[in-house]
Amino acid sequence: MKNAKGTVFKYGDNVDTDVIIPARYLNSSDPAELATHCMEDIDKDFVKKVKKGDIIVADKNFGCGSSREHAPISIKAAGVSCVIAETFARIFYRNAINIGLPIVECPEASKGIEAGDEVEVNFDTGVITNLTKGTTFQGQAFPPFMQKIIAAEGLVNYINQQ
Amino acid sequence: MGMTMTQKILAHAAGLDKVEAGQLIEAKLDLVLGNDITSPVAIKEMDKMKVNGVFDKDKIALVPDHFVPNKDIKSAEHCKCVREFAKRNEITNYFEVGEMGIEHALLPEKGLTVAGDVIIGADSHTCTYGALGAFSTGVGSTDMAAGMATGKAWFKVPSAIKFVLTGKPSKWVSGKDVILHIIGMIGVDGALYKSMEFVGDGIANLTMDDRFTIANMAIEAGGKNGIFPVDELAIAYMKEHSTKQYTIYEADEDAVYDETYTIDLSTLRPTVSFPHLPENTHTIDEIHEMDDILIDQVVIGSCTNGRIDDLRIAAEVLKDRHVKKGLRCIVIPATQSIYMQAMEEGLLKTFIQAGAVVSTPTCGPCLGGYMGILAEGERCVSTTNRNFVGRMGHITSEIYLASPAVAAASAVTGKISCPCEL
Repeated sequence: MKNAKGTVFKYGDNVDTDVIIPARYLNSSDPAELATHCMEDIDKDFVKKVKKGDIIVADKNFGCGSSREHAPISIKAAGVSCVIAETFARIFYRNAINIGLPIVECPEASKGIEAGDEVEVNFDTGVITNLTKGTTFQGQAFPPFMQKIIAAEGLVNYINQQ
Repeated sequence: MGMTMTQKILAHAAGLDKVEAGQLIEAKLDLVLGNDITSPVAIKEMDKMKVNGVFDKDKIALVPDHFVPNKDIKSAEHCKCVREFAKRNEITNYFEVGEMGIEHALLPEKGLTVAGDVIIGADSHTCTYGALGAFSTGVGSTDMAAGMATGKAWFKVPSAIKFVLTGKPSKWVSGKDVILHIIGMIGVDGALYKSMEFVGDGIANLTMDDRFTIANMAIEAGGKNGIFPVDELAIAYMKEHSTKQYTIYEADEDAVYDETYTIDLSTLRPTVSFPHLPENTHTIDEIHEMDDILIDQVVIGSCTNGRIDDLRIAAEVLKDRHVKKGLRCIVIPATQSIYMQAMEEGLLKTFIQAGAVVSTPTCGPCLGGYMGILAEGERCVSTTNRNFVGRMGHITSEIYLASPAVAAASAVTGKISCPCEL
């Protein structure tokens, strides 16, 4: 699986799926449309600034609240290549893997990375490198089957390929 | 080492004699649920799968409840997608407007959820059915699609936190106050990935509706599921509502729990969660010490608190009283059957005479859909389950989560209040 590399957007604890994609936009399920409202209620400049490959880093319980798969879909469609957090809410974690959005739990990285840092994530080894500060962190490596799900762009494509 | 109640249900559904926390299993599903927001995404995913239809047309429940009757054209298109899928696959338990209710109030009432079941739903509050002794948990749309296609889902077996409930709650203290107290105590990720298992002789003092409310909000502590033992009250509920066979599982004597908390229900006070997290709880006594918190709107309803007990309590408070001038009070019975019962008991008349509006069943304002959206800076006391930033409208608006008793009393005074103050 190819490394993720990009500029960091940094958030705190308990980023819920309502602020990731507010329910007023849930009358759509089109990824491109959802992407135009991604993170709108926590960071209205996010969609203006985000570039393909950028990385979200957050503290604990990222993605708590509603089970809406629209949340990881909007993040992925906005071009984000990886989300790193101290911990993820359970349903968000499942959903992210299922739709092929790479996510890594790593408390040290979430503490040692700031907004604007350039970060690279190696999914084979789980090593997260802060290129700006010259520091590295050991996140959990993705087991091969999860790498395959993500490489296939989600669980459904992965099942079809089997 | 014994198993928790949740682990026993999962072991059985996986065809195993024993499971332990952390183990990955594949379990057979008794019910797969979706609503008008999550099902269209699941249907799109299922269309991509190379499968012939659903695993069992009787074991799928599709409940358009979030934006129905449709609030706009896009919502109508989503509902049309669900309706056509249900028709194409001859889904038995598809509930059209007129039959529908808020999913987590509706399914137990329709007898579709019973003790021992393993249920996944593409809605985070699917954990509600733990009140009847089922294992039920929220998932996303892709898991729902895989569940509809195969009748199976994979799970990581959770460890558990045990909550020993003792004593009897005082007047004006309900299931909502119990669960808000617990979330305030352990935090919004206090039970992350874990089961919340409720035990103790205090449970006998909680109505079924109290238990549904408590299990419903397990997710607000990050829990995978919340579950109650199956007692006579739960059995009577299932016999009244269901013809499905139920199975009673009990935790082993030597089951292992990560933590145990003992809560004397008689010591609990009406509790309110302040913006913007359910863990920001204050008792009514603490609120009395603060400056008045003036409010613009009250919502009484949702999958958390739109059941008949909730409406009875709200009506008891609002009887012969009036909603504060200039304040909006919105009452939403959770299902058609609850609506009818509330009508027959004269509760709807009480609400309307008090100056509240009564809505058809819908999730509506709880998630900021419609039917009560907040403007900039407005405050709402709500019996719903989340008070996140922007959840009910403008990002500067504020939601205070409370019981139906506190919500109704607050509607009368225009500030956060307890019925005991009226």
